[in-house]
Parts: sequence; structure tokens; C-alpha cells
Amino acid sequence: MSETAPALPEAIEDWFAARGWTIHPHQHAMLARAAAPCTLLIAPTGGGKTMAGFLPTLAELADGTHDGLHTLYISPLKALAADIKRNLRTPVEEIGLPIRIDDRTGDTPASRKKRQRADPPHILLTTPESLALLTSYEDAARTFKGLRRVVVDEIHALAESKRGDQLILALARLQTLCPDLRRVGLSATVDDPQAIASYLARHPDPCDIVLADPGPAPDIRMLQTEEAPPWAGGGAAYAIPAVMAQIKAHKTTLIFHNTRAQAEIFFHNLWLANEDALPIGIHHGSLDRVQRERVEAAMVRGELRAIVCTGSLDLGIDWGDVDLVIQIGAPKNVKRLVQRIGRANHRYNAPSKALLVPANRFEVVECRAALEAVRESDLDGAPRGPGPRDVLCQHILIAACAGPFDADELYAEMTQAGAYAGLSRAAFDACLTFCATGGYALKAYDQWQRLLQRPDGKWQLRDPRAAQRIRMNLGTIQDADLIKVRLKRSRGGKPLGEVEEAFAATLTPGDTFLIGGQTVRYEGLREMTVEVSRNPGRKPKIAVFSGTKFATSTQLSARILAMFKQDSWPALPRHTAEWLDLQREVSELPRAGRLLIESFPHDSREHICVYGFAGRNAQQTLGLLLTKRMEELGLDPLGFVATDYATLIWGLQEVADPAPLFEPEALRDGLEGWLAGNAVMKRSFRGAATIAGLIERNTPGARKNGRQATFSSDILYDTLRKYDPEHLLMDITREEALRGLVDFGRIEEMLERTRGRITLRRLERISPLAAPLLLEVGKVPVKGAAEEKLLQQEAAALMRQSGLDKLQ
Amino acid sequence: MTGYDFTLAGARLTALGSGALWWAEHRLLCVSDLHLGKSERLARRGGSALPPYETRDTLARLAELIANLQPDTVVCLGDSFDDDAASRALPDAEQSQLAALIHNRRWIWITGNHDPAPADLSGEQMAELHLAPLTFRHIADPLATAEVSGHYHPKARVRSTSRPCFLLDRSRLILPAFGTYTGGLRSTDPALTALMAADALAILTGAQALVVPMPR
Repeated sequence: MSETAPALPEAIEDWFAARGWTIHPHQHAMLARAAAPCTLLIAPTGGGKTMAGFLPTLAELADGTHDGLHTLYISPLKALAADIKRNLRTPVEEIGLPIRIDDRTGDTPASRKKRQRADPPHILLTTPESLALLTSYEDAARTFKGLRRVVVDEIHALAESKRGDQLILALARLQTLCPDLRRVGLSATVDDPQAIASYLARHPDPCDIVLADPGPAPDIRMLQTEEAPPWAGGGAAYAIPAVMAQIKAHKTTLIFHNTRAQAEIFFHNLWLANEDALPIGIHHGSLDRVQRERVEAAMVRGELRAIVCTGSLDLGIDWGDVDLVIQIGAPKNVKRLVQRIGRANHRYNAPSKALLVPANRFEVVECRAALEAVRESDLDGAPRGPGPRDVLCQHILIAACAGPFDADELYAEMTQAGAYAGLSRAAFDACLTFCATGGYALKAYDQWQRLLQRPDGKWQLRDPRAAQRIRMNLGTIQDADLIKVRLKRSRGGKPLGEVEEAFAATLTPGDTFLIGGQTVRYEGLREMTVEVSRNPGRKPKIAVFSGTKFATSTQLSARILAMFKQDSWPALPRHTAEWLDLQREVSELPRAGRLLIESFPHDSREHICVYGFAGRNAQQTLGLLLTKRMEELGLDPLGFVATDYATLIWGLQEVADPAPLFEPEALRDGLEGWLAGNAVMKRSFRGAATIAGLIERNTPGARKNGRQATFSSDILYDTLRKYDPEHLLMDITREEALRGLVDFGRIEEMLERTRGRITLRRLERISPLAAPLLLEVGKVPVKGAAEEKLLQQEAAALMRQSGLDKLQ
Repeated sequence: MTGYDFTLAGARLTALGSGALWWAEHRLLCVSDLHLGKSERLARRGGSALPPYETRDTLARLAELIANLQPDTVVCLGDSFDDDAASRALPDAEQSQLAALIHNRRWIWITGNHDPAPADLSGEQMAELHLAPLTFRHIADPLATAEVSGHYHPKARVRSTSRPCFLLDRSRLILPAFGTYTGGLRSTDPALTALMAADALAILTGAQALVVPMPR
């Protein structure tokens, strides 16, 4: 970067000088581009990225002449917004700059929010959802008057999600209100900066990209342990002593897990081994906010030696003196791994230090592949498709909340968002019709439509009170249905966190599970809250509330298959090499150009294991498609489980000839018909219908009395499928499912790779490679003929056991 | 028939897999909680516009039962409409669909908590129907015996499958909701466990009615 830096106001220069700080070259570059309409900065964690984003703002506000809002800062995390507020206020106060800074998130008290709208600060720190909410008020134009800059932090994380799509639509709105608005994006290292630049810029404007010095290569390796990792499982309990030793040897260690359940179990085990009673905390998205904040605060004060966490800590909150990152379980995605590692040694120009801890032997292979990818800077990324239409529908409703709008103008504004640049007018109109009337083939209750067209052609809410309901349901974050867990009221009623509803439904009083590192006993369900009591000392029933599961990227899968081709594995620990040798001896190793299927009896059921290496979602879809075919062929499948590399299916009959199951045409044909009725589609539908505003998660004044009042979105899906299969939401659902949870693209890729070359290995018993699947959580039952048989058997057994059958 | 046969206070009844109750002796068909017009009511109240097909779907399923069983009497056990306005706002096609069902048989509307006032439809309105030895009413009376009621939309879980269900003990039968847009209340809910005797049964709806001890 050769730009000569424009002069900073003297007071700011002096403040930097007094601290012995110099301004980084990329910070200069950002100052030099202060007037550019759009700039993207790519810098490693700890590179003073946020300061680079704010320096131009501080310079512009230093003379105290600006009136009203000047800079809007958007972060994906509430905690990050609060953190930046603290970090920014320090220099502003010490320099004595006349700048007001405030944050606004879902946690901000209503009175302060109201004040912010009437009298906004110079710098407002917020989240995409809070911003969308701000734009939904009738006084939005007044609130944003004078706005010059918007800084989007951690834009790489937002650009991959619907939250980012919502954000960029909100920016299009702001750009209309404030035509001179300049956009700045701050990103961690990514595989394709240009994609993020086009996402950020107003279409078709260009966007400058500033690349900061990436710093020294990270010091990253696999943790050496005395004990070999187990064949299967995800707990990594074997590594507890070695991890404990690392914690002792470092100042502060972050221990990342792929799922919340694993984090809980690991924390539990770590605590049992914590003989020196080191201060160790746990942090994940299911924990109660108060508890999370306490851990965050203790971390910032440097009081914790380690934090067991999940992706809830992925983004760049300043954690002070973290000098080691440990990743438990294989990283499913190299890009995320690199960003996590960046958390260690949060100082510029010091190498980050990280350890990978595979939880089982397959993960040793995965970790090895990830290490090689990191060394070769082979970051994985999949391009995102066009902007999703459910977010678009929500944006239309938000626009209607702010006041009557003109459809032509709104369409023109939306197509300035990169992701929606290709949106056709017909597609927009279909969304508008959906928002206005529901868009059904049957024109019923038209007098109650949500949006009305006025005589002047503008659209408005039929009932202005609807604005409140729309605002209450705003946002695109789709959690599985979570329900709160709290201590039983007589014992204080303290909230502990949340578990998935499906998990809660499996609990019976007396069951124990882990949450927030403590073992609790399930007492009962009360007003949709799980009530528990403390139950120390008892072995917990395994917590299966899952948190996000990511699919291993295509790039990593390909690397693993390439490793399997080797004659021997000198780079792998001996136990893992021996395990692969054993697999080769009793069966064979999967190859890229051929589909390996193993068939074996186990536990009085027939099993097949299909090594597709297509990633968790696609393997899951494959499980659904194959079991459906098996059902048709009378093979009585009972269930399946999928991992990133294989699908294991069990049932009552042996599969002697798998070829008919894998005919690509049959799979593709099966997809359309099959897709319609399956649970994945229903889940995708629920997400799309909630975002598009068909399903309201929150209603004003509604106190839900049990679940009788609400009915499942599955019913809406089934109804539309039966009576209105061409409805917009069905179309959106299909699109979403195919590229998201269904991931059929990677099945196609696998079929293309193997081209009907199938090897069936009939084995006497389960193979070394298949064994880990038996211990996977997330088994999917097949509700077919076999299940109906077993259901009847179970019902009869229950009646016999209770003696009730004799009463009839 | 895919039903489960049992006796309540001496009356021989069949719980059908569809969620309806059949009393062969009187050729009486009973369904509960149809919640017709639910999507219209939600839209009217400023909510979102749900797919407006639940009324025709509910009526189509009811028509199929009536065609198969040819009942002399049909009892709708309350909450037949999502509210009174919904009964008046029924589109013409659905009005005539319903009228065709009511025609030529005794049709009884038991009033519910959602639709307390008489609907503007043919058929008899009553708060309770006494047909010895049974009493049909919308909400169970904890002190009553030989009682058939609805209201709670009970559902129960066996293995990992949760389905709408009948609840049955020596004193009463509670019907599942028959309407398409209806949710369920788990049989483990205190409202239901308090009402039903310790040896109560749950009869799960589905292709085949399945009887299990009531999960509590």
C-alpha cells in the first residue's frame, strides 16, 4: 500500500503517539479511501481492523460540526456491538472528541431505543435485525438524516447468511434515504474477496479492496496424546489430560467444539479432571444470556484460564490475552478453522497458535487433511445463489410498516442490492402479491388482505396495527424450536438456557442431562418451560441438543479421499494408520471414482453403509432417498444415520443388489416426488414461511397455554401441497431445500464422480470405518411399513405390561 | 374398519383412525373441534393470510366418512367454527358443501367455547346432548360419568411418533380435534392427567387406531 496518508486531526495523532502506537499501513489505506463510495478491508484478526474502519469517522467528527447520526456500525453479534462501544469510547474520551457513541440491539431498554430514534448519537453500533427494525419506523428518514458512513464488521460471516441478505436490503433503503452514504466492509481472510465486495457495493458500483498484511503463518498442529483416540464418538474424553496440560502451560485457552452437546460433555469431563481448580468457563448459544455475559466479562478481565465454547465465540470479540486455540473434533471447513485460529494471540505480527484434537480416528484423517489445506492456503467456499425470496417478502412487509410505498420504486431499490440484482419484476410482483393477499389460487377472504393498494397506486398496510406484529416477527435467524430450561420455581427458578423441543420431548421425569456444565434432573414441562432440579454427581443422560452442524466442505472431502489412495500413511499417527490398514484388510477404503457400499448384520438388524463423501446434508438426503426406494422394494428399512462421509441404513432385510437403489435417473426422479413429503422439506418450509411472514412466532399479548393453540407448520405445508402446490412458498421451499438441507448438488457430484461404479462388500460384521456411525447422534427413523409393525408390537407390549389389556 | 371397539357405560363405541367416533347402535357419527374458518379469522384479526383451504379439507374428510358410514345422526362436539363470524363468513362453495352433508340426517351442533352463539346454519343447536346412557358436551365436567367431550385436542407419543388421540377411562371419552388447522395438547399435560383416571387409555389416530396406556 503506497498511498500517502491524509493527515489525521492532531489530537488523534497525538493520542496514538503518546501510546507509542503507529498507524498500520492498511489503516492509512482506509483513511486515504475515506471518500470512496465502497471499500472492503480484508485483514487478519488482531490487525486493528475495527480501528481501520472507524478512523475516517473519528477524523470527520473531530471538529464537532456534524449534526445527527454520522456512522452506523453493524456487527453480527450483539456482544460485539457492546464490546466495540467500550473500545471506542476509551480513545474518544481520552482524546476529548465531541462524539456520542451508543449501541442498539435487542437487549437495549425500550426507553433508550426511543431516545435514539429521536436524537441519534453520532455513531450507532447495531445488528442487522435492529437496523431492519429501525428502517421499519415511519420516522426512519429523520433518524438517519445526515448519515455518511456504514461500517459492516465481520462481513464475511454475514455475507453467507440470510441475515446478510436482510442487511444489504436495509442498506439499499438507507442509500435511498441518504444518497451520499459510503459503505465499508471489514472482513477476515476469505477465499473470494471479490464476491464479498460485490455483495457489499451498491449494484453495479465498483468496490475497492484493501488487503492488509496477512501476518505470519499460524503455528498449527495436532495435539499429541499418550492415549490413542477411540474408534468412534465425538467427546474427545481421551484428550482431557493433554488438554489440561495445555491449559496450564498457557495464559488463556479457547477450546472450540462443533456442537453444543459436545461442548457440554467436554466441559463436564474437564471439570472432573480440574484438580487445581483452575477457573474454566463454558459459552455456547443455548446458555442463558446472563450466564454468557458473565463468562464474557470474566474473560475480558483475564480471569479465566480456559473457555469451552462453540461457534457463538467465532466472531471477533476482543478476548484479550488468548494465546492458544484448541479445536476439538475435526474442523468441517478450512476457512472457519483459519478464522478461529486467528483468535489466538490477538496481536498483530505474532503467529497464532492452535492445536487440533481429533475426537476419533476418522477425525485424525480429517484433521490431517485440514492441516494440509491450511498450509497451502486452500480455503474452501461455495458461491451463494441469488438472494432468497423469503427475505425479500419480509423486506416488503418492513417497507410497508414504514409507510405507503410505490412498488416500482421499491423494486428499483431492491435490485441495487447485489444479491437481488438479477431479480425479475415478475418474481418481485409474486412476492408483493404474497405479502398483500397470501397469493393463493383460491381467492378467499380478500377483504382481509394484509396490504392494500391505495387509489394513488401506493401500497399500505390494511390495518396499521399489523405493523406491531410484523416488527415482533422480524429477523431471519432460524433456531430450531428451542424451549427454556429453568430450575424448578420453588428452588429459585433460575434460567439455565435452552434445549431443542425435540430433545425435551424425549425426556421423562428423572432423566438427567447436562446444561451449562451441570447435571440436572428433568422434573417436568410447565408452560413450555423445562423445569429441572440440580442433580450433582449423577451420570448424565447424554445431551443431544445439537447446535449447528456443518457439512464437511467438498475440498476437505476430496483431500481425504486422496489420502486414502496412499499405500501407507507416515504422516498419520500409528493408531490411525493401523486402523486404515485394518479397514483395507477386512474391506477396502473408499475411492473417489467408485462408490463403496458395505453390507453386514449387526445387533439383529441388516445394515448397509454407503460411503458417498458428499457432506452431512447430502448424505442425509441420500439416506432419505435410499430408504424410500428400499421401502418400495420391500426391504423394510427402519432408520438411518448420516455423517459427512457415509450413510448407515438399518432394516429387516439384507440388501443383496444395491445397483437398483443408485440408478441416477431413479434417484433424480424419486427426488421430486419424494421431496414433497419429507421432513427436510417441512423444516425448510417452516424456515421460509417464518421469514416470509406467514408464520408468526410471536403474537402480541399471546400467552401460550400449552401447545393446543398453535398448530404445526407441517400442516400448512401438507395443505399447500395438496391444494396449492404451485404456491410461491412451495417454490421457495424447494429452492431452499435443494441448496441447503437437501444439498442434492453434492449427490449429483458424487454420482458424476462414481458413474455407476459400485462395489458391494458383504462382511460378516461391522467394518472399522462403519463402526463410528453406530454412535452418531441424530438417527432418523423411517416411518414406513417396518415402523408401523414395530409400533403395533410396542403398543401391544405396553398394554400387556400395564395389565390394561385384561380390562377390555 | 380401522377402528378400536370399546364400551363406555355400556354403550358399544368405535374410535376411528380418522379421529371420529362411531356409535353403531344409533348410527351416530361424532366429530369434535372442526375449527372451520380458522384462516379467515386469523386474517380478519390482522394476522398473516394462512392457506384458505382448511375448511374444504376438513369438510372433504368429513364427507368421506359420512359417505362410508351413512350415519343417521352427526354430532359436532363444539368449536365447529373458529368463531361465530367465521361461520357467517364461510364462502358459498363451502356453505353448500356443508349444507349437502347436513341434508337428510339429524345434525347436532354442540356449542363450544369458540362458537357459543348459534351458527346461522341448519341443524339443531344444543349445549349438551343426552342419549342414554351417554352425555355429549364440549368441555369435560370432572364430576360427570358416561361423558363424551372434545375441547382439549389431546395427542400422545409412542416411540418417537406423536399423533392426535382419544383419551378413554371408565367415566369419559375425550375426542381428538378433527379440524385440519388444529394443534394438539400432549396427554402428559396436567389438565389431562388430572382429568383422566390412572388406568386411562390413549387411542392414537392414524391408518390404524392404536391403543396404549395413556402416556402421563
